Amino acid sequence: MKIVGKTVPRKEGLDKVTGAAKYNDDIREPVAIVVADTEYQAQQAAYLINVEYEPLPVVRTPSQAIEEGAPLIHENLGHYGKEIDDVYPVPGTNIADHTKIRKGNMDKGWEESDVVVEGEYFMPKSDHIAMETRNVRVKIDPTGKVRVYSSTQSPHAIKAELALAFNLDEGDIIVTAPLVGGGFGGKAPVNLEFIAYIASRAVGGRLVRLANTREEDIATSPTKIGIEAKIKLGATKDGILKAAELRYLVDAGAYSDTAPRMAKTMASNGTGPYNIENVWCDSICLYTNNTYSTSFRGFGNIAHTFCMERTLDKLAKALNMSPFELRLKNAIGPGHTSATQVKITRSSVGDLEKCLHRLNELIDMERSLRVEEAKDKIIAKGMSCFWKTSASNTDAISGAILTFNKDGSINLICGVMEIGSGVKTGLAQILAERMNMEVDKIHVQMEVNTESSPKHWKTVASMSTFMAGRAVLAAADDAIRQLKDIGAMVMRVDPSQLEVGGQKVYMKSDPDNYVQFKDIVHGFKHQGGGNAVGGQIIGKGTYIMENLTILDLDTGKGRMGPAWTVGVQAVEVEYNTKEHTYKLLKAATVLDAGRVINPQAAKGVVMGGMSMGLSLGSREAFIYGRDGGILNSSLRTYKVMRFGEHPDYLVEFIETPAQNGPYGARGFGEHGILGMPAALANALSRATGLELDQVPINPELIWKMKTEALS
Amino acid sequence: MIQIRDISTIELDINGEKRKVTVRAADTLLHTLREQLGLTGAKAGCENGDCGACTVLVDGWPIKSCLMLAVEAVGHSVTTIEGLKNAPTQKAFFENWGFQCGYCTSGFIMNCHALATIHPGADDDTIADWLQSNICRCTSYEEIANAVKQVLKKDI
Ligand code: FES
Ligand code: FES
Repeated sequence: MKIVGKTVPRKEGLDKVTGAAKYNDDIREPVAIVVADTEYQAQQAAYLINVEYEPLPVVRTPSQAIEEGAPLIHENLGHYGKEIDDVYPVPGTNIADHTKIRKGNMDKGWEESDVVVEGEYFMPKSDHIAMETRNVRVKIDPTGKVRVYSSTQSPHAIKAELALAFNLDEGDIIVTAPLVGGGFGGKAPVNLEFIAYIASRAVGGRLVRLANTREEDIATSPTKIGIEAKIKLGATKDGILKAAELRYLVDAGAYSDTAPRMAKTMASNGTGPYNIENVWCDSICLYTNNTYSTSFRGFGNIAHTFCMERTLDKLAKALNMSPFELRLKNAIGPGHTSATQVKITRSSVGDLEKCLHRLNELIDMERSLRVEEAKDKIIAKGMSCFWKTSASNTDAISGAILTFNKDGSINLICGVMEIGSGVKTGLAQILAERMNMEVDKIHVQMEVNTESSPKHWKTVASMSTFMAGRAVLAAADDAIRQLKDIGAMVMRVDPSQLEVGGQKVYMKSDPDNYVQFKDIVHGFKHQGGGNAVGGQIIGKGTYIMENLTILDLDTGKGRMGPAWTVGVQAVEVEYNTKEHTYKLLKAATVLDAGRVINPQAAKGVVMGGMSMGLSLGSREAFIYGRDGGILNSSLRTYKVMRFGEHPDYLVEFIETPAQNGPYGARGFGEHGILGMPAALANALSRATGLELDQVPINPELIWKMKTEALS
Repeated sequence: MIQIRDISTIELDINGEKRKVTVRAADTLLHTLREQLGLTGAKAGCENGDCGACTVLVDGWPIKSCLMLAVEAVGHSVTTIEGLKNAPTQKAFFENWGFQCGYCTSGFIMNCHALATIHPGADDDTIADWLQSNICRCTSYEEIANAVKQVLKKDI
């Protein structure tokens, strides 16, 4: 059939270009939090509320938060109930969690190192800027059923968390979630749902709508983490990495949410895709007064990639080696172990060397790294490798249900959200491939409803194609078995003699001898008498994460995700030495996708990630006022990439199958973003002659550093 | 001149149909389209003129409907994405994967549709000049550029 690997148009694409696509905010109802009948009234009422604040000292950065005697954000930290197994807050401090990695022998590592380099890095907090701001509607039926309609990546988590918070039965909560107008991790946590539930309860269960304005979405709903870091690397004079000491301070903001998990991810993946025998890492997640952090595309992996890849460039310079060669020499591969002491196999990590060589063909990273094109113009290139595994719960589950229509077509129902990646089209392709039928004859339920869609943990961690894909394959096998059973009855042969394809069950020995799906999927009715056999076919499949463990408290040993996805990126810039401005000329990614299910969708999601990564690297950051509030909370003041600023994108895939992925596929929905800030900073550092160890890198920063260097 | 006090009924020309709506003076066109007429193709990305998700055509020109009052639209013809039927721009966005989550898409399509009509021979600078008013957070813009180029080529 060969549907996997083909570009198939998006299943919901026509809805999106005709304006027919319905998002949660397209379904209208009254408004509240000051509960009123209209937004206007609610706003008028809100003006009547007077709040008096008593300003307290502000803890702005993680390094302030960790200082002895810093004001405590959570004075009662020791008295909270513990809800997450592997997060260890330290009462009496602002520490939300501390992850340690202790691998190998550091003394030995430094002894074997001829060259040692160090760097300090900073990445600010910033926002997701999904184009649909967070919004939710809640009503409570007279029977007590709670109906939630949300723009979310995690409908099933909303159900669980509302039940927990308000002591409700999970079965009484029904969450409906249509197409999502962008998430990027920001719609993974449960946020407005709690407030909207309280508001609805306050007005006798009437339908209440709560929607963020853009300003509220930026300033009050959860944001991306910020980090401060110190990295020290040691290598032999041949450029073989021997020791890495990594220290991260992670800004959780006022609540932990998933920030401790991201700090853990940074610790466990902090070496990047390189083989290093001796690793020491302290990743400390801290409470501050900032807006709280949650998952953001990349889940902490952008941060450690930035720190590591900047330090590698410094090391390459110290060794007088090309940045390409240094990375190639240390590329992780079969037989190595990760920082968390997981054995690396070809299946678990893919082929970084292949990615590197291919990238080098697209953008030569060994020659002409910095060229003075004209009097004021320098063209420079920078690169970054990346890797990422999911940091999912060890018991994360997914599921799929297949029902059949009388015309022999299939409905695919699962709990994965369509947040933009085209994941549901990919799942349809996986199903079509296994059923050996046209993908047009597969209907995907876009809207998720927790009452009828099987649970999918969350649409996060680039794991949806992987997890739901496995569930879909299991469901297809289940349906195929049933189809063959009925086929066997009808055709009076043993099921083992039958095959499924083209919406038919046919004899392997004689494909012309078949029975069509449409005649058996709702039971087979004998001609003449009209009596029937078989009944309706419903395929079901489930998947649960396999072999994952939490990290050991003292050494960090453990397996956080099912497999890594590796890749490499490069950026080419044109720097104006007079104005300190720069243009993005080219950006390239080569990534080991395991197996590409839908090439065009794959390319799009990687390019989108790259664009967002360049935006982070070049302009995105919160600016705080003296009182600690975010000053740039509108899209006029918070800048993102705009049309016309984009470079030429080059994206290619290597395909080294992951043995446990559906058709060998690995997750890579987030990965396009991972190395972009690092590659950009490496290119601009080369162009300017500065060590640009923080983002965003804008002309002002370059100018300031240049001026400081002169004075 | 129209005078509006409190809530009044006005008549708008939307997608070639005369539609009666009841508005406050301060209601934006975007609000009226979405809340009163159920035309939810235009999205509220910022309600501040910064993102273009709310773009509709007024007398053929792209306008951010969050910055226009409903009463200002009286006497003008308004086209929303629901009023486009198999327009080349829609086809081009579909074929060139000019969307992911799709939330910015109707705004981009309306803007590009107007661009193709008003400047069928637009060069790269003109295209960038027009499309910089819209934000897409999912795609890389290259897909959108490809879609626009496909439309312009056909229209030349
Ligand atoms: S909603 Fe009108 S420009 Fe953003
Ligand atoms: S497709 Fe999501 S914002 Fe453009």
